Amino acid sequence: MLVIPCPYCGPRCEIEFSYGGQAHIARPEDSAAISDETWADYVFLRDNTKGVFLERWVHAHGCRQWFNVARHTVTYEILASYETGAKPPKLDFVTQV
Amino acid sequence: MTRYSIFSLLRNALNYHEDWPRAWRSPEPKSSYDVVIVGGGGHGLATAYYLAKNHGITDVAVIESGWIGGGSTGRNTTIVRSNYLWDESAALYEHSLKLWEGLSQDLNFNVMFSQRGVMNLAHNQHDLREISRRINANRLNGIDSEFMTPQEIKTFVPIIDLRAGGRYPVLGASIQRRGGTARHDAVAWGYARAADALGVDIIQQCPVTGFQIENGRVRAVETGKGTIEAKKVGIVVAGHSSVLAGMAGFRLPIHSLPLQALVSEPVKPVLDTVIMSGAVHAYISQSDKGELVIGAGVDSYVGYGQRGSLPVTEETLGAICELFPMFRRMRMLRQWGGIVDVCPDASPILSKTPVEGMFINCGWGTGGFKATPGSGWAFAQTIANDMPHELNAAFSLDRFRTGYLIDEHGAAAVAH
Amino acid sequence: MTQSFRLPEGGLIDRSHRLGFRFDGRDYMGYAGDTLASALLANGVHLVGRSYKYHRPRGILSAGAEEPNALVQLGEGARSEPNLRATQIDLFDGLRARSQNRWPSLNFDIGALNNGLSRFLPAGFYYKTFMWPASFWMKYEYIIRHAAGLGEAPRERDPDHYDKTFAHCDVLVVGAGPAGLAAALAAGRSGARVILAEQDSILGGSLWSGSGETIGGEPVQEWIATTRRELEGMEEVTILTRTLAYGYFDHNFVALVERVTDHLSDRPAALPRQRLWKLRAKQVVLATGAIERPLVFADNDRPGIMLADACRTYVNRFAVRPGKKAVVFTNNESGHLAALDMAAAGINIAAIVDLREDPMGSASERAEAAGLRVVPGSAVVGTGGQRRVKQVHIARLNADGTQALAAGETLDCDVLAMSGGWSPTLHLFSQSRGKVRFDADLGCFVPGASAQAERSAGACNGAFGLSDCLAQGFAAGKQAVKDAGLKIGRQAGATPRAGNDDFLPARWTWEVPSDKPSGRAGKAFVDFQNDVTANDLKLALREGYQSIEHVKRYTATGMGTDQGKTGNVNAIGIVAAAQGREIPDVGVTTFRPPYTPVTFGVFAGRDVDGLLDPNRKTPIHSWHEQAGAVFEDVGQWKRPWYFPKAGESMSQAVKREVKATRESIGIMDATTLGKIDIQGKDSAEFLNRIYTNAWSKLAVGRCRYGLMLNEAGMVIDDGVTARLDDFHYLMTTTTGNAAPVLAHLEEYLQTEWPDLDVHLTSVTEQFATATIAGPNARALLAELAEGIDLAPQALPHMSIRDGRVAGIDARIARISFTGEMSYEINVPASCGLALWQALMTAGAKYGITPYGTEAMHVLRAEKGFIIVGQETDGSVTPIDLGMDWIVSKKKDFVGKRSLTRPDMIKSDRKQLVGLLTDDPKEILAEGAQLVERVLPAPPMPMIGHVTSSYESPNLGRSIALALIKGGRARMGQKVQASLANGGTIACTVTGPVFLDPEGTRLND
Repeated sequence: MLVIPCPYCGPRCEIEFSYGGQAHIARPEDSAAISDETWADYVFLRDNTKGVFLERWVHAHGCRQWFNVARHTVTYEILASYETGAKPPKLDFVTQV
Repeated sequence: MTRYSIFSLLRNALNYHEDWPRAWRSPEPKSSYDVVIVGGGGHGLATAYYLAKNHGITDVAVIESGWIGGGSTGRNTTIVRSNYLWDESAALYEHSLKLWEGLSQDLNFNVMFSQRGVMNLAHNQHDLREISRRINANRLNGIDSEFMTPQEIKTFVPIIDLRAGGRYPVLGASIQRRGGTARHDAVAWGYARAADALGVDIIQQCPVTGFQIENGRVRAVETGKGTIEAKKVGIVVAGHSSVLAGMAGFRLPIHSLPLQALVSEPVKPVLDTVIMSGAVHAYISQSDKGELVIGAGVDSYVGYGQRGSLPVTEETLGAICELFPMFRRMRMLRQWGGIVDVCPDASPILSKTPVEGMFINCGWGTGGFKATPGSGWAFAQTIANDMPHELNAAFSLDRFRTGYLIDEHGAAAVAH
Repeated sequence: MTQSFRLPEGGLIDRSHRLGFRFDGRDYMGYAGDTLASALLANGVHLVGRSYKYHRPRGILSAGAEEPNALVQLGEGARSEPNLRATQIDLFDGLRARSQNRWPSLNFDIGALNNGLSRFLPAGFYYKTFMWPASFWMKYEYIIRHAAGLGEAPRERDPDHYDKTFAHCDVLVVGAGPAGLAAALAAGRSGARVILAEQDSILGGSLWSGSGETIGGEPVQEWIATTRRELEGMEEVTILTRTLAYGYFDHNFVALVERVTDHLSDRPAALPRQRLWKLRAKQVVLATGAIERPLVFADNDRPGIMLADACRTYVNRFAVRPGKKAVVFTNNESGHLAALDMAAAGINIAAIVDLREDPMGSASERAEAAGLRVVPGSAVVGTGGQRRVKQVHIARLNADGTQALAAGETLDCDVLAMSGGWSPTLHLFSQSRGKVRFDADLGCFVPGASAQAERSAGACNGAFGLSDCLAQGFAAGKQAVKDAGLKIGRQAGATPRAGNDDFLPARWTWEVPSDKPSGRAGKAFVDFQNDVTANDLKLALREGYQSIEHVKRYTATGMGTDQGKTGNVNAIGIVAAAQGREIPDVGVTTFRPPYTPVTFGVFAGRDVDGLLDPNRKTPIHSWHEQAGAVFEDVGQWKRPWYFPKAGESMSQAVKREVKATRESIGIMDATTLGKIDIQGKDSAEFLNRIYTNAWSKLAVGRCRYGLMLNEAGMVIDDGVTARLDDFHYLMTTTTGNAAPVLAHLEEYLQTEWPDLDVHLTSVTEQFATATIAGPNARALLAELAEGIDLAPQALPHMSIRDGRVAGIDARIARISFTGEMSYEINVPASCGLALWQALMTAGAKYGITPYGTEAMHVLRAEKGFIIVGQETDGSVTPIDLGMDWIVSKKKDFVGKRSLTRPDMIKSDRKQLVGLLTDDPKEILAEGAQLVERVLPAPPMPMIGHVTSSYESPNLGRSIALALIKGGRARMGQKVQASLANGGTIACTVTGPVFLDPEGTRLND
């Protein structure tokens, strides 16, 4: 059971959080101008990294804030958490895919 | 291939079982094959078998990074059914179920397909409507499917508590009597043995490290045992589909999530069918050995760790204890995790890929085991003919662009 | 029966506290401090079970968690429990147990026929047969299933309850043997918050198995007592006995199960039976000890054949002689220790058969000095005896120990103590993702690199001398405190000192050589519980099952309830030898949780008997109950489904409710609808982006209906949102979607549009809502309302005002889901019941009629209003619903782009239509599938399905809504609904609005 460091509340147990998938995916600004393919990529395609993954979590049963986490998807080690909109921290880990 | 039978068993007993041949060879890979199947799970081995059997393509290698059947094939809860809502799914799973019905004889390997019935419980009015819709659709698709009233359920499964503690009362169920369970390891071994007998090379301990792609066409597979040239490559690596697709330079709309399952200690027969409840995310059957085999939900986050978390165990066993209050004193013997590749519409991908000569079979989510024969059948045809079989035409990668989704979690309410 | 095998003195039992118990119908006596196993042995009972496959007689092999044989059914009736290890059951007065997997009796078991047929039942035989005729598998399976299984599941509801608790600590120490006690002492003395968890009922672990040892000059028994007192005196130290650390999860999370009352004959009802500890530890010390291995030789499974250290434990801890005359068979020093202790307890030691050519070590020297007969360089190659071992056959080995020479002498005995070396208990370490490595000298796997904040100490870390155990434990305790980042304020003191003999040297032979060709001698069991022999393993290898995981699965070795605690390393050794490989190359199978089986109930905890999920009830719920409402579950809410009067059927009640609402006035509890308060200057823009329609021009005091999509373009929710002020809106959602919709809004707000000034608050629980609908709604409200003009021009349809109703502050929305003039009266939740009662009282003259969700469904269906989740299923767009009018062409919104994908604009998509049966009395079944033409047999192409279907009392006929392929182009066409019984109902496709399409009633 993970301990997730909420940037606002501190470390909390995973059962307080909900998952939000890959971080740093921007919604297309002018969706009418893009192809079906580009749109489908935005809606459905996400990295599915085996290794360090930048992902979104929300402290659903806490402060209700969304934030980002750098987590290794094999060891489940959490390397960093940071606020939505912030740049990811520099990580030494090599991402496998 | 030495045929297995009661007679061969007796004959070998006289010789202290010292003369049994190997179920499959362990060859070193050749330098090239017509078809290389990446992934020695049930689906990959079935694909190889049907390539050889149905299409006469025997210059085939199945390469497996570990040991065959060691991924999702050996980690699932062995439920087989075909009562899916949408026509496309129903056709694929029903074809699979028909193959299951003769599989032990076809492979000459007892996969212990036990048609003990699969029940899906309804706990509220919404569930009842959805079950009724699915039963009607199944029936018109020629798939056996019946409604059971609570009284009928109680007769069929006397140990169930229809009140379920009062929170999730059982208001009805669908039952597919032709559904059931099978012995998961035997499916991998049976396909391996039968494919091997037709000339397929099964190469274990052979991880794939990359693909050689020239002018958009696959040329060879790089492996731990050297480069293997291939005219065609089929990728069937549940749990690692994105990783392999990444090596080939394309992406998949897949999330790899941890799914856990558990068994109780073995007890004398107490549950003679398979019970599933989408509302409380639990399913349960009893293995021939006597263990209660229980499937739990998935953890919500991407994970390749092959382990589940405690909260999911708690939720699942909480639900089982409500449906079967007598099982509260049963004990969990073993729990384990697997990796499931989940598509946004909870339906699989059996498709050509952006790389010519390369095909992918993935995204079965929590329900791939039941599809093993049908998936292999359709995928073999797709590879052999370079175009999808009618059974899997709808399960293309392209559907996410066109919007032709086959959304099985929306309506079926049971994704397993 | 007398305890004729009980020693007159010694042991950790209370002879003044006699306990009566019953096994297989016979009464026995034991003492407090006994386990069921030790008490049975004290009474000379060795035969306690039958094996799984061959039904061979089996006895007690071990004295602990590793026991594969002595599994019993404990208790009776609702408290019956299968497969419990007799070696771990604390004896209590009145205990009832029986043997398992035998019929008709343990002594005479029909199933033992399998043993005679065993030659035809090798590993995996079932994969090769039972295939003909194909249809017979279910019959074969029936027989197989009834032969399999061990004990019996309880047949009644478990009357006990279970509990859960969370805990945090600086240092968790697992295991309270010498290493664990030393670790706890060191950590505790430094002031750390320590939890010491021990599966046994007592502290001390292996120290109780030995004899004559001292720690720091004190006898070990006294050292344990002193240590316990010191630990108990530390405020921050918690000692949990009878507590199994069963699983090691991510982020140093360890799950433990405490057996609270299982060992008591009188169990206080207030106490939980067991308790799940969900523990987060900063650091963990694993001091889980080691498990002795059996030797693998022919007929090594007869009752009376026991692990050597278990024999010591029974003698020293329980003061029980396992027999009168013993043979010891060993490949290391442990056998000699057992021989010495048994001899001291008056057991005649016939011989110590030692696989080693030249036994040396302190124990063998002592054995020699004590005049015990040692037979070196020899092996036990067979045993005799039906229900108890009676003889052993021994043979001399060749020089390199690989072959047995001609059979030698036969020794009489009633117990055979064996030691094949030791295996560290690596389960938790491995579960923590630590990597194990093979230590060739120790002949076992030991911990390698750690993956989490833990360290191993003592025997589980390959330290088998007592001094090493204590030193490792003490050092681990100190290091854990340091690694936890605690400042060590106090001194841990000096490491306890003791002697340091271990079990080495040893001679590793994984399968004891036999004087007969492989397979011709008796069965040499590797896995006792699953009846897997060395030959079975070799058969699997011959057949190509080469991976250790394949061998395990093909033979089922290590898959019994003991999970191979005694057998797995032997199996790996035998496989390696057969393959000509080194053990590290073969590898280990996965150690899966739990360490020993854990009760289901403890995972459910208190979340049973209706508490699996919250039941949400509105403030008006008690009124509904008194009115005799029948409820339905909608999400977590209990909603009145209908309000039957005495003698009324559901259909009659619903008809009455529907008619009353259309004709006069109905009242419904709408509290459960989700309510989200939206504030901030960008609220309108936010709604523009979230809903398909435009919100910028909605005036203050007005309401608008909205449809919400996901990015795939599918409808996920709908509801009415009101503008309360310039920058203040109140959104309503469907009952089941309140939480998901709020989460959806927050996600977009925070992650996509953080620049928007919008604030969201769920206010579902803050309001109670009564909806009154019908021609007399305004008249009734006028009687009770203050400070609000109800005139149609002042408060038209789709508008909202604040005022007072029945003296209660209220927010009144004139909106309608029924097609009638309708007011939703929102009041503070605490006033909901008062409002309802006031409306009922004042409405009596109009015959005000409470209606439930079913009547609501009929009323809205008459108007063609959709229900999300009924007319939609996650695959339906607004266009499919014919709701283009609400989809903005100008602005962007979530899901808009998806609506123009190729498959979204096809004309043959399923579209919402009305359906009228040709026979107005016939009511379609919801979920019925629709076809153009009925074929004689399936498959039949389906064109859609019925989403809603009701008897409409206002229209005097049945009505239905359906999703049909290209439905809007089929108006007036006939379709057939296919019935479950094979029949069909002919219907005509119509528009979905059946009543008052102009909306005059609601605009009145």
